[in-house]
Amino acid sequence: MTIKKYGMVPALALGFAVAMAGSASAQTPGVTDKEIKIGNINPYSGPASAYGTIGKSIAAYFKMVNAEGGIHGRMVNFISYDDSYSPPKALEQTRKLVEQDNVLLVFQPLGTPGNTAIQGYLNGKKVPQLFVATGATKWGDPKKFPWTMGWQPNYQSEGRIYADYILKNYPNAKIGILYQNDDYGKDYVKGLKDGLGAKAKTMIVSEQPYEVADPTVDSQIIALKASGADVFFNASTPKFAAQSIKKMAEIGWKPAHFLNQVSNSVGGVLKPAGFENAEGIFSTGYLKDQNDPQWKDDPGMKKWFAFMDKYYPEGDKTSSFNVYGYTVAQNLHKVLLAAGKNLTREGVMKAAANMKDLELDLLLPGIKVNTSPTDFYPIEQNQMMRFKGGKWEFFGPIISGEVRGS
Amino acid sequence: MKTTSPVTILIAGIGATVITLAQNWKLSGFIFILIAGILFPLTASGVFTFQITQLLIYAIAIAGLNLLTGFNGQFSLGHSAFYAIGAYVSAILMTQFDMPFYLTIPFAAAVCFVFGFLFGLPALRLEGIYLALATFALAIATPQILKFKPIEHLTGGVQGLALFHMKPEAPFGLPLDQDQWTFYVTFAVTILMFFLAFSLVNSRSGRAMKAIRDNQIAAKVTGINLSLFKTLTFGVSALFTGVAGSLSALLIAFVAPDSFQITLAVAIFVGMVVGGVGWIPGAFLGALFILFVPNIAEHIAFGLAAFSDFVRGFIPFFPTIGEQSSKGLTGTVYGVFLILLIYVMPSGLAGLLRLAVQRLAQARG
Repeated sequence: MTIKKYGMVPALALGFAVAMAGSASAQTPGVTDKEIKIGNINPYSGPASAYGTIGKSIAAYFKMVNAEGGIHGRMVNFISYDDSYSPPKALEQTRKLVEQDNVLLVFQPLGTPGNTAIQGYLNGKKVPQLFVATGATKWGDPKKFPWTMGWQPNYQSEGRIYADYILKNYPNAKIGILYQNDDYGKDYVKGLKDGLGAKAKTMIVSEQPYEVADPTVDSQIIALKASGADVFFNASTPKFAAQSIKKMAEIGWKPAHFLNQVSNSVGGVLKPAGFENAEGIFSTGYLKDQNDPQWKDDPGMKKWFAFMDKYYPEGDKTSSFNVYGYTVAQNLHKVLLAAGKNLTREGVMKAAANMKDLELDLLLPGIKVNTSPTDFYPIEQNQMMRFKGGKWEFFGPIISGEVRGS
Repeated sequence: MKTTSPVTILIAGIGATVITLAQNWKLSGFIFILIAGILFPLTASGVFTFQITQLLIYAIAIAGLNLLTGFNGQFSLGHSAFYAIGAYVSAILMTQFDMPFYLTIPFAAAVCFVFGFLFGLPALRLEGIYLALATFALAIATPQILKFKPIEHLTGGVQGLALFHMKPEAPFGLPLDQDQWTFYVTFAVTILMFFLAFSLVNSRSGRAMKAIRDNQIAAKVTGINLSLFKTLTFGVSALFTGVAGSLSALLIAFVAPDSFQITLAVAIFVGMVVGGVGWIPGAFLGALFILFVPNIAEHIAFGLAAFSDFVRGFIPFFPTIGEQSSKGLTGTVYGVFLILLIYVMPSGLAGLLRLAVQRLAQARG
């Protein structure tokens, strides 16, 4: 008898759960008169947990939106789950968001592997997978995946911008490349080679890969110097970028140095490497750097500092991830405003695919968000900049490095 | 004791099965599981079906490790490697050779058996913690090897292989969606694998395995070929975990090096310890733990943050966690759970259940 009695409990619980799920109304999932549910997955634990602060700053942003009255009178309920950067967990959490929490859309899921794992599912269910947090090039393919859209400038288009600049200003360059041996590093190298075109074979004299687990890149830098390269393309992450800048100064190698924007943080890379060693480095950018004194009185930057103080006081104000989180959340905010009072999943995608010259607080002056039903790459512009006297100096026009996904 | 088993869903099924088997009602237990398994996806939501499918997959992997550790006394912190190999064999056969998924399972099993057997050879010279370290290295190396350039055209490198266009539909026009069908496939394989596991540990070979675990010298004296049995056990253990990996390729429909990090090896190990070392059905309890407790921990961490903010409203000096920081607490809460569990139930959930059954039997006289 005992077994029989207790055996019924889970059955009842399950029946209840099913009944609850069944009672969801026929209107747009995640939208009521008072609320919009937005889902998100982020690695709050595990190997990539440094990115976790992006999810936290987005949550703080929507807290601010709610405090200021919400979006068309609706409060944003931002539900963010931890996927530990594991693709199977990403799929499980995404399914929970869509099927249990009934979110309107999945916003800013982070990482290339996790996004690949959930892309088929979300497109099958016709749930927006909006502004994915990865720089890979494959996220703007509206024909195959009409419910998936990227956001940040992708690595390949940035590589192309350097190639154009090198062709114009250093037509006889001997190029040496340092890159991280994974999809991120290879995307950069591909962009550079595509940009150089037929001249890539003759111009590139040395390519030096390194593994994320390597302690230093000293030997690679020495090999690059020995190759006789006079232009250096540096596609490395912050730790290795700082190491390479130092090592170059140490061995007296002074090529024209093109540093990828992944590592152009003043506080995180150039200061530890030594400003005198970093003098003259080229890079590109699309976001304002909050550690750069030239933005001190910028209205957008002032708003950001006020936001951090009030809504995310425990957050790190020197971390560019918090600038990124604020900016991408602001972009979604504007999309939801544009989608109007009558929110549907189709309407959100339509609004996201029709952004025209949208400006955001922390995008560099002149850089605007643009999409169309056939262009699912929101930010494709960058600006060239050169490091001088402890800060970045922008020069030349806003450059578009448009690349279409393969 | 002739009462029929209650008709309920799988979760209850696992619990009841545990009791059933403990009291040796083998047949009624089996029929019960069969009915529960067939009814389950028809009544549950899609996401719950998905989770329970994942649970069964983890259970097979944990059972594989348990055969090695619980029944043969060899440690492994590297079973994520075999899980990965199983998943990749299926994924590669499906993408490169257009093989239907079902046919890839035996290949995954065979490849993993060979790998496990070969790894078992050097493992012969390593005991206890040294073996644990060697297998740990295997778990670390595998994701790197999967990105290795010369095999990138097969493995897809760091991008992995996406399979969602190849997920099989239910055959014969059965009115089942992919979640339900995936569950049935997994369920059938689970029954087969656990039948094999039970048969193995209760067989002559199983007794030899256990004898080696308990006392190697004594086992050798009775004529057991130590090296053969130890390497074979390694192979069989890898085979089980490889089959689990293969099924995971079907369920997730995507394989990538990031899916098989060291955290997976640790999860399988935790699942075995929590479920009960040396007890096959414990694999389900272990799987339940590694699948659901992290999710529960996430909710508790959030609740803790809200609670600290709430109390701070009354007591100004009360330490606040901060709503955004609660996200970082998940791991801590999970750790606390684990410590409590091991402290309260040193022999895992299995020990607790057995104790409960014993008490129940005593109470009934």
